[in-house]
Amino acid sequence: MSSPAWILRRDQWQQWAPYAVTPVLILAALPAMGVGSWLTLTVAGLSMGVMLFLMASGLTLIFGLMDVLNFAHAAFITMGAYVATSVLGRLTGWTNDESLAMNLAAIVLALLAAAAATGTLGFFFERIIVRRVYGAPLRQILITVGALIVMEQLVIVLWGPDAIALPKPVALRGSVIVGSSSIETYRLVALAVGLVVAVAMQLVLTRTRIGLLVRAGVEDREMVEALGYRINRLFIGVFIAGTALAGMGGMMWGQYQGLVNSQLGDAVNVLVFIILIIGGLGSVGGCFIGAILVGLTSNYVGFLFPQLAVGSNILLMFLILMWRPRGLLPLAGH
Amino acid sequence: MADSRRMINSRGTDTLLQLEDVYTDIGRYQILHGIDLKVGRGRVTMLLGRNGAGKTTTLRTVMGLWKARKGRIEFEGRSLLDMATPDIARLGIAYVPEGMGIFGQLTVRENLLLATGPEGFEQERLDRVLQRFPALKLKWDSPAGLLSGGQKQMLAIGRGIIEKRRLLIVDEPTKGMSPAMVDQFIEALLALKADQTTLLLVEQNFRVARAMGDDVAVIDQGRIVHSGSMADLNADEALQQRLLGLSLGATDR
Repeated sequence: MSSPAWILRRDQWQQWAPYAVTPVLILAALPAMGVGSWLTLTVAGLSMGVMLFLMASGLTLIFGLMDVLNFAHAAFITMGAYVATSVLGRLTGWTNDESLAMNLAAIVLALLAAAAATGTLGFFFERIIVRRVYGAPLRQILITVGALIVMEQLVIVLWGPDAIALPKPVALRGSVIVGSSSIETYRLVALAVGLVVAVAMQLVLTRTRIGLLVRAGVEDREMVEALGYRINRLFIGVFIAGTALAGMGGMMWGQYQGLVNSQLGDAVNVLVFIILIIGGLGSVGGCFIGAILVGLTSNYVGFLFPQLAVGSNILLMFLILMWRPRGLLPLAGH
Repeated sequence: MADSRRMINSRGTDTLLQLEDVYTDIGRYQILHGIDLKVGRGRVTMLLGRNGAGKTTTLRTVMGLWKARKGRIEFEGRSLLDMATPDIARLGIAYVPEGMGIFGQLTVRENLLLATGPEGFEQERLDRVLQRFPALKLKWDSPAGLLSGGQKQMLAIGRGIIEKRRLLIVDEPTKGMSPAMVDQFIEALLALKADQTTLLLVEQNFRVARAMGDDVAVIDQGRIVHSGSMADLNADEALQQRLLGLSLGATDR
């Protein structure tokens, strides 16, 4: 009496549905607009999504492993963008060069510098501030919000109160024409960088012992310790990685906008939190899906219903939570 | 030199783990009120007692998951009191908590891998574990969360013995098991005992305790109220009646 193999059982459907949301959204958008606009907006949405993923993934990893919601995360995003302005400001020879290779080299260098700077800062932040408040949620909120304010002011002290330009390298400024749609070159670069980082992260998490420990620690910290692993060391590592990712995301985001100010992190922070809630707090896979969904929704809705653009992501979060109150891929034990 | 540090208990066996006058508080509540317990090397020690008596707290205190307020805990003559949980585990103590501590999102392989050293699996030991628990081989790459209760228990025990351990501590291994599974489980643990692994088990099922235990300690209201050999307890009907009221309420569940 079993149903045919191609019909999903209810539990299988429950398991796979979160992964189907994004493709369904992309396909559903096609009839609502011409192929040209659809391609442009889809690439725009995907590239925005992976940039958001860079910024959100660090926060969700830190939350998943340590149960710390780091409100200062936005400051690390801002910091990454500012570091990039300083690095690229010294590499104008490279960014003004017509050669794509030189331009990409400049971007990679700026990304590494942003990651190194924010990761180092993250190390001290964890050692000096966060480690004192593990297990005390109220104090975590107070101290990380406090740190957010201090770090934003620090940015103003170091780089001044005025917005600083973070121009795209010359060869990455224009658009590529594909059929009837034009796609900004920088979006393709952002998409590629974001995917490389996401894949690298996935490989580390699934193929290495450190990744295995992180995934185990997200589920049950105490048991990881009872197996003989010092979880504090893992905390430091994940904190450094998480803040380094924030810096890289901030750099890409700042350069995409072309302008960096001390509120850059705050501006994306709302989206970052929406992504964490949609994906399921602490889940890296959920974070990726959530980020892509937010990127796509922003672009599609902005084109189809411009008057709804501001609230579209709140609406998306509302709909997802109606369907799955704990997010798309909730973690066991959280 | 090592021998001089070992303590010899009254029955002439070599003591691997010893707790002396251990007090543990959880928050404002005092749970353990001076626990004295000896676990003999190569023996199976059963810790009995009813719910809330302090069995789990005793095990967690040994593992450093809760800190003792006072007392002494020594493993091979070395004090565990000021050690962190990971360092205690590295002395060769495997701990299977109540609920088994299985990582449901990780595969069976990954769950076992976590309990190995940096070099990964030692083929011979792995083969032995898989031979003893064949179900684990079948589910090798499945998420452990999809295993049945009994299979999870086998995985938890397998994880405890995938490397050579000096002491295996298991909290309520047979809880929620069917009688047939319990028999299979007793057999598996007896095989371990033959390997000279020292076991400290919390158990509510007296039939299981009797089938496996060499020594027995009964805990009530945070104190050990009886300790001795299982053989003595088996022979003394009156003592059983008195203690079983404290420990189990029934001889079998």
